[in-house]
Amino acid sequence: MTQLLTSINNDHDALNTYILRMADNGLILGQRLCEWCANAPVLEEETALMNTSLDLFGQARNWLNYAVDRDQRLQDCDAITMLRDERSYLNLLICEQDNGHFADTMARHYLFDVWHRLTLEELCHSHDETIAAIAAKSVLEVRYHEQRSRNWVLRLGDGTQLSHERMQTAINNIWPYVAEMFDQDQLEMELMAQGIAADQTIIAKQWHDLVAQTLIEATLQTPPESYNQMGGKQGLHTESLGIMLAEMQSLYRAHPGATW
Amino acid sequence: MKHIDLFNPVSLIGTDRGREFDYHGCTPSVDEVWQLLDLVPDPEIPVISVVDLGIVRDVRLNNDSWQVDITPTYSGCPATDFIASEIEQALTRAGIDAKIKTVLAPAWSSTWISTKGRQAMLASNIVPPLHDLDTLSCPNCGSAQVKQQNQFGSTACKALYTCQSCLEPFDYFKTI
Repeated sequence: MTQLLTSINNDHDALNTYILRMADNGLILGQRLCEWCANAPVLEEETALMNTSLDLFGQARNWLNYAVDRDQRLQDCDAITMLRDERSYLNLLICEQDNGHFADTMARHYLFDVWHRLTLEELCHSHDETIAAIAAKSVLEVRYHEQRSRNWVLRLGDGTQLSHERMQTAINNIWPYVAEMFDQDQLEMELMAQGIAADQTIIAKQWHDLVAQTLIEATLQTPPESYNQMGGKQGLHTESLGIMLAEMQSLYRAHPGATW
Repeated sequence: MKHIDLFNPVSLIGTDRGREFDYHGCTPSVDEVWQLLDLVPDPEIPVISVVDLGIVRDVRLNNDSWQVDITPTYSGCPATDFIASEIEQALTRAGIDAKIKTVLAPAWSSTWISTKGRQAMLASNIVPPLHDLDTLSCPNCGSAQVKQQNQFGSTACKALYTCQSCLEPFDYFKTI
């Protein structure tokens, strides 16, 4: 019998750290979206949110499988998802923020979707063949997500007075987590120099142009520059993540190695 | 101890397809294996085969052992593992020992759906993927007065529409 792991820590090489950052974004945002199951405003939205979540989980699984292939100590996709503590998760902070109301969810989703799509488009040209293959597969799905979340930002922003106010507040509230998406640490700079990681300086410019256009069209204001919260990619998270992981991992941790 | 899998979905679907081929004790040609795989239905759209859907990418014989490459339609498609086991079962029943390998590149595209597959989809009220969404019409009455109800539908690969003329809801297979 193989020994059951009880936890997996941060002890990855540079490439696996980068792969896990990509994986965790999908995993954590996908899990957040699942919280809308049986709570969405209408049935169609629920289907859409769950389908989006499914895409993100599928993409995360592809990234995780690659990380596991490169480092056997990680065991498998389930173990690495269920046995890492908060400090070992490497997702962007924007992905873990609470769902709030529907405008909060859609504001968060749109700002992330634009970044996600632009990053995946860059990664399609990565010198790492597997990264390029996963990105090429994912980008087709993420374009669709972006189309939908953009439509909601437009509809709610340029909607009633109440929906406009709520969408503006939602954009303002999520804005402090935007800058982290473009923040590149030493590890990413080195991978970028090798032609593996995406260049976030180019992406930042495109992102700001696209989002500014959408916000104008939605009659919304771009929030002014202010304090930016960082740290997710290094494992320093906001309060929301621990609570989510406690729920997500409880079954697996109570019955280690259980299958059905 | 190995548990008996009472809930094996294969026994629930109970497809008999594959039994009309028997290659026990002999080696089929590559074409024959493709023909056999063309009888394995897609679990979500059972009117078309996994070959019609374009998810079987390659069939080849490496030193007495067959390899079948498949690719998922969507990254999160929950049917991918099931399809792999359906293919394996159909081949095993026919006496073909094969390994199923999932490949990611090149990414699956809805343009890989065969003409036969597109016709079968349409016949079961699912509009196959279109280049131009403006040409979308109701599969039931042909009316162009259709309304999107949801960008997503019953599965990751479909979107939900309603015909404004005959009021029938129908699925549209998304273009990717």
